[in-house]
Amino acid sequence: MAPVLQSSQPWVEKYRPKQVKDVAHQDEVVRVLTNTLETANCPHMLFYGPPGTGKTTTALAIAHQLFGPELYKSRVLELNASDDRGINVVRTKIKDFAAVAVGSGQRQGGYPCPPFKIIILDEADSMTEDAQNALRRTMETYSKVTRFFFICNYISRIIEPLASRCAKFRFKPLSEEIMSSRILHICDQEGLNLDSEALSTLSSISQGDLRRAITYLQGAARLFGSSISSKDLISVSGVIPREVVEAFYATCKSGNFDLANKEVNNVIAEGYPVSQMIFQLFNVVVEADDVPDEQKARICKSLAEADKRLVDGADEYLQLLDVASNTMRALCNMPQEFSFET
Amino acid sequence: MLWVDKYRPKTLAQVVVHEEIAQNLKKLVDEQDCPHLLFYGPSGSGKKTLIMALLRQIFGPSAEKVKVENRNWKIDAGSRTIDLELTTLTSTNHVELSPSDAGFQDRYIVQEIIKEMAKNRPIDTKGKKGFKVLVLNEVDKLSREAQHSLRRTMEKYSAYCRLILCCNSSSKVTEAIRSRCLNIRINAPSEEQIVKVLEFIGKKEGLQLPSGFAARIAEKSNRNLRRAILSFETCRVQQYPFTSNQAIPPMDWEEYISEIATDIMKEQSPKRLFQVRGKVYELLVNCIPPEIVLKRLLYELLKKLDPELKHEVCHWAAYYEHRMRLGQKAIFHIEAFVAKFMSIYKAFLIATFG
Repeated sequence: MAPVLQSSQPWVEKYRPKQVKDVAHQDEVVRVLTNTLETANCPHMLFYGPPGTGKTTTALAIAHQLFGPELYKSRVLELNASDDRGINVVRTKIKDFAAVAVGSGQRQGGYPCPPFKIIILDEADSMTEDAQNALRRTMETYSKVTRFFFICNYISRIIEPLASRCAKFRFKPLSEEIMSSRILHICDQEGLNLDSEALSTLSSISQGDLRRAITYLQGAARLFGSSISSKDLISVSGVIPREVVEAFYATCKSGNFDLANKEVNNVIAEGYPVSQMIFQLFNVVVEADDVPDEQKARICKSLAEADKRLVDGADEYLQLLDVASNTMRALCNMPQEFSFET
Repeated sequence: MLWVDKYRPKTLAQVVVHEEIAQNLKKLVDEQDCPHLLFYGPSGSGKKTLIMALLRQIFGPSAEKVKVENRNWKIDAGSRTIDLELTTLTSTNHVELSPSDAGFQDRYIVQEIIKEMAKNRPIDTKGKKGFKVLVLNEVDKLSREAQHSLRRTMEKYSAYCRLILCCNSSSKVTEAIRSRCLNIRINAPSEEQIVKVLEFIGKKEGLQLPSGFAARIAEKSNRNLRRAILSFETCRVQQYPFTSNQAIPPMDWEEYISEIATDIMKEQSPKRLFQVRGKVYELLVNCIPPEIVLKRLLYELLKKLDPELKHEVCHWAAYYEHRMRLGQKAIFHIEAFVAKFMSIYKAFLIATFG
């Protein structure tokens, strides 16, 4: 007996704005794009900004609004990082699609249907430099019939020749009010009960990333039902409760190595991810008012090193212990150099 | 049957230690809205138990009728075909495997098996299509490529199969995968909880527990429930009725490492280093993972060390463990750590006592 699976759509998809004007908080972009919709003409575009600010949403919305559902398939090519995007794909797939000529611009069914096609390259910063270089000429040659939308997190990873061919738009991280209003809207629709404390927790753990906020919200709703407290959200998001980080910091401050060792053991036994711990400890250290800059610098250096080692796959316990020891030595003004090293 | 298996909770309702999580999982199943799940937590905290209980909750008793299979895959990878062999545990509704056993070819396994599962979906009595569950162990040991290919496969086939991922540390699982799953942290049970479980088992077995005995086992177990139950059973075999000061036998490898630590502390010389090397080799040959050896060695050394040396020693342990991960042969790095420790300790002794 296999249970029936309900088709459950992620809320991120369900509440994705369908129209450009619904995109939250990105005024300039929206203004330029509404203009595009009226004149049915646009330049190549490059959207950049932190994750979850609406870059992909905007690109998809404009494509849908320009072409409507019927022409969308034939006029828009969407490629993202999980598709193979080596230089071969640029040479064949993109070039072939770009080269196809399209009919003249006639309005169809209420959509502008301008006489060009759109290629959306999502997560363009993960394309190799070679692949990007191969795009340069393609962009120019077919500029009559094709527009490129690049979407990326870091504009510095896009080679200059490509960036200079595009109109650039920066997407700002969402402010707390806008995020709250979107979240409340979703809660309304889904019949969820969210108190103000949970709401502010949600904004702070998602750090301006609306997608993440919605994902956490859905996770919490699935697990804990319709009334969600801030504790539930924290447990779903994998964020370490503030008290735990504070306690860890406090033991580092106490200068007692054995105490710190015990605390490290405790953190590991509780199953908190150490990379997250390091990140949150970093926040605590940076915000601490009573610590001189030099000590902060010393701690940050050791945090950075531990983070790199964790990425390499080093053991969590040993790295956290090293971080604790370094932090302790910095905070308690113990000598940085080891006295017995030869 | 070992007590560990005998008293493993079979259903979510029986789960004692992580009661709250079990309730929530039950709710998930009741709503028939089961997302991909990622369980993470230290070993011996009950991840596997919860997963098995969850499967039972979804599929009923048939989830327990598993058979072990040695499967062969022939994978066509462009220019060549790759032969892979892997042990899987299957029931009618779920497949369980540890893809990291395939080494660097784990990526093919992940893709191939999910595709295969998607091809033969179970159909229930009403003719509706159900889904299968794929349990992947040790996802943190999967290579980067395998994790990347996993995320695409997860989305593509999400209608056909649900993934349950299980790992020790979620730091080593990429953000892309974590954000696609419902993350469930399983913390190690506290000592009081372990005591409760041990007392429960003792009652069921009809044993007389002297006061404080269970607490001592719990303390020795390092918050690892499986280990606590195992050593409880060992005690039972060794001596019954229990006496309140009965020694709890430590693991033999732990004793061995403690011996090594004593050796190191006694004498710091190339000759001693050579002897230690032999002992470490012995441990590695007996399949004790090198990072565990290093961690335990550090633990033993820290116990005996003067406070001013502790920072230095733990720094070098972290340093050499990282190098060990990057390198090939673990013995070099453990030996390097021992040598470093000897040099530091010797310098310290000379500075202190002249």
